[in-house]
Amino acid sequence: MDYIQPFNRILLVGCNECVTVCSAGGRKEVGLLSSALQSAFLSAGKSIDIKEHTLERQCDPEYVEELVGMMDGVDAVVSMACGCGVQEVARRYKNKPVFPAVNTKFMGASERQGVWAERCQGCGNCLLGITGGICPIARCSKQLMNGPCGGSTNGKCEISKEVDCAWQLIWDRLKMLGQEERYLDIIPAKDWRTAGGGGPRKIVREDLAG
Amino acid sequence: MKTNSILEKVLANGNLAVTSECGPPRGAVPEKVKEKGQLLAGFVDAVNVTDNQTAMVRMSSLGASILLRQMGLNPLLQMVTRDRNRLAMQSEILSAYAHGIDTMLCLSGDHPHFGDHPMAASVHDIDSIQLIQMVKTMRDEGRFQGGAEIENPPKMFIGAAANPFADPFELRVMRLAKKVAAGVDFIQTQCIYNIEKFETWMEGVRNRGLHEKCYILAGVTPMKSAGMARYMKNKVPGMDVPDAVVARMAAKPKEEQAQEGVDICIETIQRLSQVKGVAGFHIMAIEWEKIVPQIVERAGLLPRPQVA
Ligand code: SF4
Ligand code: SF4
Repeated sequence: MDYIQPFNRILLVGCNECVTVCSAGGRKEVGLLSSALQSAFLSAGKSIDIKEHTLERQCDPEYVEELVGMMDGVDAVVSMACGCGVQEVARRYKNKPVFPAVNTKFMGASERQGVWAERCQGCGNCLLGITGGICPIARCSKQLMNGPCGGSTNGKCEISKEVDCAWQLIWDRLKMLGQEERYLDIIPAKDWRTAGGGGPRKIVREDLAG
Repeated sequence: MKTNSILEKVLANGNLAVTSECGPPRGAVPEKVKEKGQLLAGFVDAVNVTDNQTAMVRMSSLGASILLRQMGLNPLLQMVTRDRNRLAMQSEILSAYAHGIDTMLCLSGDHPHFGDHPMAASVHDIDSIQLIQMVKTMRDEGRFQGGAEIENPPKMFIGAAANPFADPFELRVMRLAKKVAAGVDFIQTQCIYNIEKFETWMEGVRNRGLHEKCYILAGVTPMKSAGMARYMKNKVPGMDVPDAVVARMAAKPKEEQAQEGVDICIETIQRLSQVKGVAGFHIMAIEWEKIVPQIVERAGLLPRPQVA
């Protein structure tokens, strides 16, 4: 709310992809946030004009283009997409301030109804093939590639009883696969360039990019 | 001999080695480091200097190690992968060696969650096993991890930790095997209270012949009170304190509990001296350094061998 305080006409943009699935920024949440904002501003003695729109995909310029007609009538855009979507809107509409409505935390999967957990950090050099299909980068609290540390207790991570120890999971899985000796292979120091250590990342597929 | 480390010489001569530790102060107070050093001088072969242990900010391990080195002690530089990337670690190893520090311990470190800066970003560029590999490459090949040659490579005697009590238990021997394969020279274990479980672990270690490939120093910590025993049992991850030990402490009146803790510690050392493959002891008397001389003496580990 602090972000948009100075503006009168807001365009609130949702996204129909991942954030819809995880109930953070789809059409439904756009409606909810819009009415919550309106009533909050109203009780603060300010009226605000919020236009709502939900795009098929906010990280794709083709869809972001749809907003062209709406831009003239607004002072600012609030995006309910992940960080990629917010940045795509900002890139396309350079003269409009764009604010994120969602704090993108991680790329995860649904554990059960209403619970999402981190699964992948997009390190760009996937180890899943040698770690029994469980990611030590995103799921071990210390990113240990040759773990487990000395704090692993009853299958849980030393930081909390709510967090599974990734290395216990890896070990259980290696056992199930009959690959216990695989654990002895030392995973060498990682080259983090593919994980962002080499500067902002980009993927170019010559066949698709033309 | 791979290095000039006194600890390596003591171990190579077949003596039971003794190490202890010094936690640096939470302030720029060199006197406190020197005070602890003074208490330990002559009673141990090397002094571990912890590296922001329990993720609390302290004087750096390197800084405090240099102070101890200047007093003529043999500091054992601890290094965690939590706080530095590989550039910072390698440069610190060069600095340490330039100051005559030739023994170190490679650790991943406690999670910041436990310390006074839970908001800090952890680095974990490399893990403890990869750190062992890196220090070994620096020593044996005279190269940085990135491949370039080092002028006067640091010859470090390389240590690591092992916790025989953490889960999954069946992986614990293999984890040591991995450290040995990475090039570790010696191991200091987590504090041992559950002797049976430690012996089971050692059996696994001997079955793989690991005790012949690295020196294993058994970790012990004297307990000051029954309260401390309960705390370690329930609150410290990866610590195994059997009920019988807690009960034994609690059976004594408060003012005799510290002495009981020391007795348990000495009995543990004596019993573990008989275990094949145990090459020495690491006595971690946390903020109780002054008790170390008594333990070393009563356990029959004096005088310390003179090697040069
Ligand atoms: S190893 Fe890297 S790419 Fe593979 S799941 Fe983990 S973070 Fe993602
Ligand atoms: S307990 Fe397991 S998940 Fe947690 S830091 Fe240690 S190895 Fe990683």
